[in-house]
Amino acid sequence: MSTPGTQLTPAYSTSQDEVAALNKPVRDARFWVTAVLSVLGMAAIVIYCLLPFYWMIVSSLRLPTMGMSNDFLPNPPSTENFIAVFSPVNNFGRALLNSVIVSSVTTVLTLLFGILGAYSLARLRFRGKGVILAIIIGTSMFPGITLLVPLLKMFTGSYGWFPNWMNTYQALILPSLSFGLPLCVWNLTAYFRQLPVELEHSAMVDGCTPAQAFRQIIMPLAAPGVFTTAILVFIAVWNEFMIANTFGTTKAMMTAPVAVNQFTGSLGFNTPFGTIMAAGVLITVPLLIMVLLFQRRIIGGLTAGSLK
Amino acid sequence: MSRPELTRRSLLIGTLGVAAAGALSACSSGGGATTPAATGGGAAGIDWTKKGPITYVQGKDTSGYVQPTIDKWNKDHPNEKVTLIELSDKADEQQQKMIDNFNTNGSAGYDVLSVDVVWTAQFAANGMIVELPAAQFPTTGYLKPAVDACTYFNKLYCFPSTSDGAMLYYRKDLLDAAGVTAPPKTWDEMITIGRKIQATNPGINIMGGQFQKYEGLTCNFAEWLNGGGGEFLDANGKPTVNTDAAAKGVQAMADAFKDGVIPAEASTWSEEPSRQAFQDGKLIFLRQWPYVYSLAQKTDGSSKVNGKFAVALLPGATGTGVSTLGGHNMAITKTAKNPGTCKDFILWWCGPQMQKENLLASSQAPTYEALYADPELVAKFPYLPVLKESIATAKARPKAVRYSDVTLAIQDTAYGIVKTPTTDVKAALAGLQTKLETLTK
Amino acid sequence: MSTITQAAAPPAKRKKNALSDGQGQLAALLLSPTMLVLGVVVIIPVFLSIRESLFFKSDAPDPNTGMVVSSEQFVGLGNYLNAFNSATADTVAGVWGTMPRLTNAFLNNMWFTVVCVALETVLGVAMALIMAKAFRGQGIVRAAILVPWAIPTIVSAMMWKLIFDADGVANKIIGTKILWLQDNAWSQLAIIIADVWKTAPFIGLMALAGLQTIDTQVYEAAKVDGASAWRQFTQITLPLMKPALVVAVLFRTLSTMAIFELPYGMMGLNKYSVDTLSTFAFVEARATRYGPAAAYSVLLFLLVAVVAFLFIKLLGADVIGDEEVKAVAAQKKRRRLAAKAAAHGQPAASVGGGGVITTTSGEGQQ
Repeated sequence: MSTPGTQLTPAYSTSQDEVAALNKPVRDARFWVTAVLSVLGMAAIVIYCLLPFYWMIVSSLRLPTMGMSNDFLPNPPSTENFIAVFSPVNNFGRALLNSVIVSSVTTVLTLLFGILGAYSLARLRFRGKGVILAIIIGTSMFPGITLLVPLLKMFTGSYGWFPNWMNTYQALILPSLSFGLPLCVWNLTAYFRQLPVELEHSAMVDGCTPAQAFRQIIMPLAAPGVFTTAILVFIAVWNEFMIANTFGTTKAMMTAPVAVNQFTGSLGFNTPFGTIMAAGVLITVPLLIMVLLFQRRIIGGLTAGSLK
Repeated sequence: MSRPELTRRSLLIGTLGVAAAGALSACSSGGGATTPAATGGGAAGIDWTKKGPITYVQGKDTSGYVQPTIDKWNKDHPNEKVTLIELSDKADEQQQKMIDNFNTNGSAGYDVLSVDVVWTAQFAANGMIVELPAAQFPTTGYLKPAVDACTYFNKLYCFPSTSDGAMLYYRKDLLDAAGVTAPPKTWDEMITIGRKIQATNPGINIMGGQFQKYEGLTCNFAEWLNGGGGEFLDANGKPTVNTDAAAKGVQAMADAFKDGVIPAEASTWSEEPSRQAFQDGKLIFLRQWPYVYSLAQKTDGSSKVNGKFAVALLPGATGTGVSTLGGHNMAITKTAKNPGTCKDFILWWCGPQMQKENLLASSQAPTYEALYADPELVAKFPYLPVLKESIATAKARPKAVRYSDVTLAIQDTAYGIVKTPTTDVKAALAGLQTKLETLTK
Repeated sequence: MSTITQAAAPPAKRKKNALSDGQGQLAALLLSPTMLVLGVVVIIPVFLSIRESLFFKSDAPDPNTGMVVSSEQFVGLGNYLNAFNSATADTVAGVWGTMPRLTNAFLNNMWFTVVCVALETVLGVAMALIMAKAFRGQGIVRAAILVPWAIPTIVSAMMWKLIFDADGVANKIIGTKILWLQDNAWSQLAIIIADVWKTAPFIGLMALAGLQTIDTQVYEAAKVDGASAWRQFTQITLPLMKPALVVAVLFRTLSTMAIFELPYGMMGLNKYSVDTLSTFAFVEARATRYGPAAAYSVLLFLLVAVVAFLFIKLLGADVIGDEEVKAVAAQKKRRRLAAKAAAHGQPAASVGGGGVITTTSGEGQQ
């Protein structure tokens, strides 16, 4: 921030005090209006984002039989819903475990494949790079339903050449890669590209093989980007519903979002909204903690892809 | 993936430019040729003496009753163990899994199925489940509508296991206060009583039901249509919704919405919101299943009407109305390996003793008639006598092979009327008639 | 992260070096796992889907025995054509009048996409502007803004279902008895609100990142020139934010076109005012009418492809963002023009401008 040149007339040189005064922000009426407006705006954003979530929390803290109440505070407050979530009928513990397994394995596989792919796209020179990039990015644009019908036929063994995969972990994990991988490759290609290529050059001048240069120089530098990508992929898979709902239908193979969608009360007809909301809170809270801890990195990762 | 020889199909795909065409060639499941899906499905060729381990497939067990009961069976039959396969608790997903098992030639290993009453026709017609010979599966002592729901083209395909019928929950305290001693038998009576009570209880609505667009709407709509004397299908399975009797019942429903007898918001109600409204004291009458009884009696503060309500049969146009029949029945898949054990297990499972235990554990309505008079049960479930009458006079939903399309056509028509009660009912039913004729062709 | 500008671009003319020369084989090796997986779970299924969409399986029961005789036939484009034809397709009445269900779903798709994305963009940009002006508390806002994004869509669908119940809190707050969950224009609004709530913050973040790349000196200069706030916004902020925004909006557009969880979770299937190509195809797949289901999902895919193409061509969405790829394309174009020019006997230099690839980047920074 520079002081406007018009202040400097040839006749006077600006004194230290004057410079300090000019550098000090001017707290005039305009400043305060902007400040108040900005605080109001920020408050509006926070309320906008959290108010519906508040309803989820409030609903989860009612009696299980009062899930549809519209009181602003739970009356009477109760934690029964959170106990009910884990009643054996709801099978929620197993579903959480499945979610953890599917999300973690998908994330690891995605990173494994994605790092290699992204690195070669960012650094190597070969024919057809544009086409391959376009294909990878193109696959991330596919509507889930387009893949669902044929995958359903494939995984139910309707095609002789494909084994029956219904209700197996691979049936949940492989299709999840279809959106995890493009996301990963896209993000990491951008990330690798912004690391100066000279780093590898000098490493190789020092006698590293390209593989060593990648492992010892690039990977440590890319760790933050990889980490962000891992979180993004994990969250995307954790929250996925359509694939999980189609290919994991037995009690043993449901993921948490699918299980939540299927909660019923003990009598078959009742939809325990309070318990569903409690489960929703439980599914969301780990993500929220993760998101809050790593928010800067996530935001960076989300935006890095679009800002190459 | 090996590379099978190219077939006509794969060449076709090849012309579409698929690099992987070779890998796809074996996918001709139907082969383009006509394949008879059903080979009679009859009793012929089934060895009812063959015994061994079997599987039992049903929706999610929400009561925790099923596995312990099966454990009991397994203890007594170590060589004919039953393995429980629990599916989703969503009806359409259970159905889907059973169809998938059939389409893949029993790859999931399903033997005994718990079949929703409305799937019977589809499963039977596709040869998914086998005919049960009457001599081996005696149905005496079981409620007739429940048994009828197990038949397709006059052959028994399922064995009645649980049933369900709707009842009219009513606010006995309000009726008493208004000097009404008996619950209404007709819609008109119900409305008259309702208006009288409304005069002293402003803000209360007369009646509620399940009019959200889902299977519950089909049930509710059917009750109005049947209550007026109409029918979806005649005895030969031909659609007959385009009749004066049907129009009378449906018009009564339309008028109930138009006149505010049923509040407009009931068009967004499934079971739970309607129960909530009743429990909050916002309704005088509620059409509901038996499950509501115990919940509305709760004293934990969730129900404002505990001890203040009773149940009766549904009202109709000129007398007691007609409930829609619900429930699940047991069937044996075409690919079952040990039909003898399947038979024994089904008869044991559906026998009076097990049904009683099931009722006590999960409050599911039995199909065995005598249980409804069991003093022990009636003491615990005071609504049983009414429920028995409801089921005994209940009507099944259309037995259509393409039931999912049929029920959607019914829901389309019904929801149109529910949303816009001024709809020309006759024209709407004529439209439904045309659709049903196409669907049941 | 606030200072991401441009990734390090390769120099215009690459010298041969050990890292980038003749590494096609290595690249093939490194990329093969990714391509193999995508091949199995995306490429093959898409072609299977296209194939499936050309067949129809009929399953009418025999009127005498009641037994079904099923046969699968090749019907060509029949599944596509019949679905748009009101003579052969079931007509439904959504908010657009009575029409074939596919047409109705298509209109809903377009409507949701246009309205949701427009609202999300406006709200998102507004959020970004507020956040950029913030003196303090940015951390809280940024954390809050990630909450809607982190809640699984199906869970938020159920949350909104509860909120929009006839006796729910939405009606309680605005003091009405609107039947949001029926099947009407309000249901559409409910879906739009739920979708915008979840994703406007996402666009906000993208836009914020775009904003932060803008040098404050540009604004200072504009202020000195006496530009109004609105002019600053339209002349400086928006154009500089555009690259980030266009990509974000493209991805939002594509995923809104495939919208499924919200209508499914909030309203249920077969509600025609909120029926989309995804939910319709899902219904058909559930009814084991795989042919029509595949046809509708292929239509959705084509729609998505067209929109993506338009975005990239008309709005210049740079989704690939690889300088080298761009350079190769530019070179090809140059050669073509040069050849053309040579054929016309004109000096090739006159097509200039594109000859030098400018590298605007600083070194990548974190």
